[in-house]
Amino acid sequence: MATFGSFALLIALALAAYNLLAGGVALRLLATGQRAPISPERLADTARRAGIACFFAVIAAAFALVYSAFTNDFRITYILEHSNRALPGPYKFAVMWSGQEGSLLLWALLLATYGFVLRLTHKMDVKLYAYAGTILAAVQVFFLAILNFAAPPFALFRGEVPPDGNGLNPLLQYPEMVIHPPMLYLGYVGFCVPFCFALGALMMRYPGEKWIRITRGWTMVAWLFLTCGIFLGMHWAYAVLGWGGYWGWDPVENASFMPWLTGTAFLHSVMMQEKKGMMKSWNVWLIFATFLLTLLGTLLTRAGLVSSVHAFAQSSIGSWFYVFMLLVLATCIFTYIVQRSHLKSEQHVESLVSRESSFLFNNLVLLVACFVILWGTLFPILSEYVQGTKVTVSAPFYNAVAIPIGLFLVFLTGVGPLLPWRSTSLRAIRRNFIVPVIALWATVLVVLAAGARPYHDGAFDSGQFYALVAWSVSAAVFAAILSEFLRGGAVIGKQTGKNIFASMILLTRRNTRRYGGYLIHIGVVIIVIGLAGAAFNRNVEKELGLHDRILIGPYTMECVGFSDDSNSNYDSQFALFDVYKGGKKQFQMSPEKRTYLASQQPQTMVAIHSVPEWDLYVVYEGINPANGHPIVKAFLNPLVSWIWAGVGLIIFGTFIALAPSISPSQASLRVPATRAVPAEPAMHGGQP
Amino acid sequence: MKTMRRLNFWLKAGQALALAVAVCFTLGATDPESRFNAMSHKLMCTCSCSEMLGECNHVSCPTSPDELALLRTGVDTNLSDKQIMDSFVDKYGATVLAAPTKQGFDLVAWIAPFAVFAAALLGTILLIRHWVSTSPKLEPAAAGPEMDALRERIRRETGADGGYPV
Repeated sequence: MATFGSFALLIALALAAYNLLAGGVALRLLATGQRAPISPERLADTARRAGIACFFAVIAAAFALVYSAFTNDFRITYILEHSNRALPGPYKFAVMWSGQEGSLLLWALLLATYGFVLRLTHKMDVKLYAYAGTILAAVQVFFLAILNFAAPPFALFRGEVPPDGNGLNPLLQYPEMVIHPPMLYLGYVGFCVPFCFALGALMMRYPGEKWIRITRGWTMVAWLFLTCGIFLGMHWAYAVLGWGGYWGWDPVENASFMPWLTGTAFLHSVMMQEKKGMMKSWNVWLIFATFLLTLLGTLLTRAGLVSSVHAFAQSSIGSWFYVFMLLVLATCIFTYIVQRSHLKSEQHVESLVSRESSFLFNNLVLLVACFVILWGTLFPILSEYVQGTKVTVSAPFYNAVAIPIGLFLVFLTGVGPLLPWRSTSLRAIRRNFIVPVIALWATVLVVLAAGARPYHDGAFDSGQFYALVAWSVSAAVFAAILSEFLRGGAVIGKQTGKNIFASMILLTRRNTRRYGGYLIHIGVVIIVIGLAGAAFNRNVEKELGLHDRILIGPYTMECVGFSDDSNSNYDSQFALFDVYKGGKKQFQMSPEKRTYLASQQPQTMVAIHSVPEWDLYVVYEGINPANGHPIVKAFLNPLVSWIWAGVGLIIFGTFIALAPSISPSQASLRVPATRAVPAEPAMHGGQP
Repeated sequence: MKTMRRLNFWLKAGQALALAVAVCFTLGATDPESRFNAMSHKLMCTCSCSEMLGECNHVSCPTSPDELALLRTGVDTNLSDKQIMDSFVDKYGATVLAAPTKQGFDLVAWIAPFAVFAAALLGTILLIRHWVSTSPKLEPAAAGPEMDALRERIRRETGADGGYPV
């Protein structure tokens, strides 16, 4: 299988290289009109077909690696280092992305898959897709070259092959880990496609804005995957790492968040280009930056630039990434300089208080947030360079700097949709903002009355202050969006005679982009509400004997047993708790600590009982070697389930926004036939 | 009259805000346990787990028990936050602090984000003002049956009050 996999990778590289060269030559011939022995169209089509064949070659290589994991082929070094015989079946798939070589193969596989879809759908715009496919082939050549020459996944073990492997990293032996990395990579790799379209459209001076509509669809898909990947990672960190949190501002977490921010900025500003012909250069650079940030994220895990729990061992492939990133950046700058005249805006913002300017500010804040995270991630390197000493940039820095910026962004989420395009009047502002402002102040009062205190124990509590602001602003944003739905629903209801809920559904179906976007915003608001709950986290740590109790919040946990167990993959110790609330037994919890036999690494398995108000989160930390008593830490984390619910709504909203809108049925409107306008497109083209 | 009413509104809003702030600032007293907890989240565990001291949960962690003991001593002996931090830096090096200090070159870490934010905000406002001042004024649309039909359609789709942003 190793030989088969290696050959498959070599053939894939050859096919990608042919796609790049033949595609490049064909596009050059088309652009210059030069004569050649073969027609450029046919040459371009052979390049496209080579790209499709490359997909099958990479699939074959990926299959070879997974097959080797399933058949315990420890002659392959990668399998030896990342798998073992007792590893359960589903985790044999996870072997693929548990190490450097395998995760690069996953990159190449997903890139080839996106390329396959792109090349199959080329009839949407043959020339643009030819450009995009050729640029994508260049990226494929880079990754396949690394896989063939710098980080081969099928390298054979030298010496006598051990009877069993080292096993999969215990952190990865959790069901979510079978889908979190592929999701994240689907997002990362997916941003390559909009990049190829943007660069291709710029190179060919694409007339009109159709390319941006095509790009937007791809960007939304990549954004959705990245969103799912990030939140799956958060949930995994919460359920597995056992520190009671879900986001640690780890450099690699930051690296995944940065392209998400620029991608989000693009998804907003792209509307300005579609509707107003504005921000063309800005949009192109947002997409370039997003792709470069995905490369930076991949580099951070591999070059040993920053210390992170996610990082692979330092390796030589960092230099490959530096060179490739420089090459990409140089290509972007060069193409932009040569073609910048094509990106002149057709219009400009007409008022400081308008929907257009709110988009500008939204982009500004998203990019500043991205800068803050990049700055915090790279500051230790800068500090070492300037001062000779490294510093740590962790949660306190980001909480102090990024949270205020994030709250301002949430505020804009509410303000933007309330402002009309072009300009507005004071009267309209007052009318649109009265409900959100009332909601804001009512929430401030309710939260203060409920006991939140931004200043207590003799000190300013920034956590509770931010929670107060976050909840108040979230209430205002929610009120603003809800009033949009209600107002639109009322208009539709008046026209169709349907009730308000049916009208709001019809409203959403008529403008899926706008109202899907609003649903995403509500999802974000729900997440913010959940995140703000962290200001009220509580925890208790205790050594427990049998029938000892822990009191936390309204719960009393009684230890009714602790024991150990063993299977072929790991040994485990666990405790069993009866949990009481109000004197009545409610449920049982069983936190666990495992030690994986192959790697001899420990792993916590947290027990979580989740209700809308809070999560009861119990960690079995291990046995105190001094007296043999188990140590248990219990957390009461308010509103965590809101975060996961918000993500669900974001996913739902994104699907809505991706769905095509229906045209308003003239028959369902109570408009006299003489006044009906038959063939025009719908007017409600506004987006959030 | 209108200006007076507006002024009155802002005065009342200001009073309400001041009252809310005053309520928040007049509560509570210092508690060593919460100080210990707060300080443990400003320091890192140095066992290379990349977690903050207050969140490191390894039972057999080689460093966090010593660090927590040092912190407990500092809090119990009423050392200032700075003295505690300095004692940690002396013993474990600058990377034990969870965030850069606010002196020397480290201050740049704190200033840069807000400076960039302020510059970008100012730049955007100035750019929009420039666009507004240089944009050509639109001529009123010519009257005619087509425009009437369009206007009617806009009213129909955006609601009778015309305030529904499209």
